Amino acid sequence: MHFHLRPLVSLALLALVPAGLTAADTSPIKVGEIASLTGKEAAFGQSSHKGTLLGMEELNAAGGIIGRTFDLVTEDNQSKAGESATAARKLISRDKVSALLGEVASSRSLEIAPIAQSSKVPMISPASTNPKVTAAGSYVFRVCFIDPFQGTVMAKFAKNELHLTKVAVLTSVSSAYSVGLSKYFKERFVADGGEIAIEQKYSEGDKDFRSQLTAIKAAGVGGIFVPGYYTEAALVAKQARELGITAPLFGGDGWEAPQLLEIGGSSLEGTYYSTHYSPENTEPAVQGFVKRFQARFGGETPDAMAALGYDSAFFLADAIKRAGTVEPAAVRAALAATKDFTGVTGHTTIDANRNATKAAVIVTVKDGHFKFLKTVAP
Amino acid sequence: MTEFLQQLLNALSLGAIYALIALGYTMVYGVLRFINFAHSDVFMVGAVAGCLIGKHLPTGTWWGGLTCLLAAMIVCSALGMFIERFAYRPLRSSPRLNVLITAIGVSLLLEYTFQNEHVFGAAPRSFPQVFPQVVWQLRGLTLSSNQLLVIGVALVLMVALQFIVFRTKIGTAMRAVALNPRAAQLVGINPDVVVSFTFALGSALAGAGGILYALNYQSVEPLMGVMPGLKAFVAAVIGGIGNIPGAALGGLLIGTIETFVGGSQLSTYKDAIAFALLILILLFRPAGLLGRSHVEKV
Repeated sequence: MHFHLRPLVSLALLALVPAGLTAADTSPIKVGEIASLTGKEAAFGQSSHKGTLLGMEELNAAGGIIGRTFDLVTEDNQSKAGESATAARKLISRDKVSALLGEVASSRSLEIAPIAQSSKVPMISPASTNPKVTAAGSYVFRVCFIDPFQGTVMAKFAKNELHLTKVAVLTSVSSAYSVGLSKYFKERFVADGGEIAIEQKYSEGDKDFRSQLTAIKAAGVGGIFVPGYYTEAALVAKQARELGITAPLFGGDGWEAPQLLEIGGSSLEGTYYSTHYSPENTEPAVQGFVKRFQARFGGETPDAMAALGYDSAFFLADAIKRAGTVEPAAVRAALAATKDFTGVTGHTTIDANRNATKAAVIVTVKDGHFKFLKTVAP
Repeated sequence: MTEFLQQLLNALSLGAIYALIALGYTMVYGVLRFINFAHSDVFMVGAVAGCLIGKHLPTGTWWGGLTCLLAAMIVCSALGMFIERFAYRPLRSSPRLNVLITAIGVSLLLEYTFQNEHVFGAAPRSFPQVFPQVVWQLRGLTLSSNQLLVIGVALVLMVALQFIVFRTKIGTAMRAVALNPRAAQLVGINPDVVVSFTFALGSALAGAGGILYALNYQSVEPLMGVMPGLKAFVAAVIGGIGNIPGAALGGLLIGTIETFVGGSQLSTYKDAIAFALLILILLFRPAGLLGRSHVEKV
C-alpha cells in the first residue's frame, strides 16, 4: 500500500503549488532578448542590448510595473543563421519568458517570428525593417519603420537632393533586409524617372567586391546604392575609392555602426544613409537618453540600434501596464492598440500590420564623423 | 577593354592568394598523403598575427610592412610545426582517416579559440595599412599598390619555394620522402625533420597569404579562412594535388573564374561555378590538370 500512496501525495502537493503562487504574484517578469552580441554584426547586437538593458534598469529602478520588476534573459546568436531559432526555443520552453525582444537583422528576426507566433509569445523586433518580419503573425511587432518607407526615402533623396538620374545597386542576396530595401528603392527610383544602369550582387561575408565594382565603374553611374550591413558597406566604399570610383555611395540603416568608420576610414567621406534617430536631435527626451546612456556605458554615444533597443523595452512595459497582466493574449492586444507612444526614436503608432509608422533621419559622413542632415516625415 | 584588364588584375591578385594557400595543402599531401584541413586556419592566424603586430608598427613604410609579413610567417611556421608535432605525429602510423578527422578538430579548435573575446573576438577588425599605399591611374586602369604587392610577393615566394624544393639538400630530402618514405629512411633521411620542415614551409606561405589577403580586403576575423581555404583546396585538387606548379595554376584559375563570374550578371553564382568546375575537371582528368601518375611529387 505504501508504494501506491506516494504518487498520490506528490500529485496533491503539485496541485497546491500554482494555486499558492497566483495569489500574490510579485515575481519578476521574465523577458527574453536575442541579440548578435558577437560575430559579424556584433555592433548591432551590442548597441541594441545596451539600449534594452538601460531601459529595463530604468523601469526596475522606478519600481517596475503592475507591482513586478523585469528580469532580462539575454541570448547571443553570434550573428549566425540558425542560432536565433535555437535561442528563441530555449527562451520560450526553458526560461518561460513572457515576451521576446529581438533581433536587429531581418533574416534573424524571420527565424524567431514563426516560433514566437506558434508559441503565442509576443515578440518585438527593435530594428528589423523587412516587411515580412511582422507578416509572420499576430504576435509579432516592431518599433521601427519598414523598408518600403526607407527605400522610398532614399530614392527620393537620390533623385531630388543628390540630383542623380543613373545609379547602380549593389545588393546582398543572402540578407532579407538587403533584398527588400533594394527592391523598394528600385521601384521608387524608376517610377520617378530615374534609371538603374546596373545591378550587382554579393553574399554576406564576402570580402572582395572589386569585380562587381569594376563592372559598375564601366557602366558610368552617378551614384551607388548599397543596401547592406556596415561590415560589407565599409569594404565596398574602400574598394570603390581604390578603383577610382568617385560617385557618392548611399545606403540604409544597416550602415549605422561606429565600425563603419573604423573599417572604411576616409573612403566614407560624402556618403549618406537613412536611419531611425540621431543623437544630435535637440529634443529633451533624446538628450536625456543620450546623457543617461553615456553615464551608464562609459561615455559611449548611443546609436540608432541602442535607441531602438531602449524604446522596445518601454514599448513592451507600456503595453503590459495597459493590459494589467503578462497574459500573452492580453499583452498582444495592448501592443496592437499602441497609439502615439513617445520614445527616443519619435512617436510610434502601430498599424493594422503591426508595423510602426514614424519618421526617418538622413545622416552623412563628414570629417570622419556622422552628421545629422535632415528628418523625413512618413 | 579597360574593364577586362581591370578584372584581369583583380583576378591575378585573388588567384595569387589562393595559390599561396594551395601550395601548403599540396606540399603536405605530397609528403604525408593527407589533407591538412587546419591549413585554412593557419592562414587566419597569419592575418590575426599581422593585425596584432601591425598595430605596433608605423603605417605606410616598407620596413614596417616587411617586418609584419615576416613576423606573421614565423608565427605561422611555428604554429604549423606545433600542430604537426602534437596533433598529427602521434597518429602517423594509424589509419589516414584518423589524421583527417584530427585535422578537422584542430581547425575547429583554432576557429573557436580565436573567437573568444580574450584571444581575439568574433567581431571583424580592420587591418592596419602597414605597407605604403599608392594608386596609379593608367589610361582608365586603376593600379593599386596593394594588388601589385600581392602579385609580387606571391611570385617571389613561389620562386623561392621552387628553389628550396629543387636546389637545396632539405628540398631533395622532401622529394625523397614524398617518393618513398621507407627508402628515404634507409639512405639516412630523418622523416620527422622533413615533415616538420614541410609544415613550417607550407604554414609560412599560408601566413603570407593571410597578410596579403587582409591587406587587400582590410578586415580580419576568426572565420575568414574558411572560404579562401576551401577554394585553395579546390585549386590544389584542380592543379593535381601533390604537384607544386599545379597548385599555383589551380589558384590562378579559380581566382580568374571567380572574378569574371563575379563581374557578370551571374555574380551570385560565382562560388557555385568555381566548384562546378572542380567536378568537371575531375570527371575528365581525375589526377588534376598537371597531375600525372609519374610526375615528381613533393
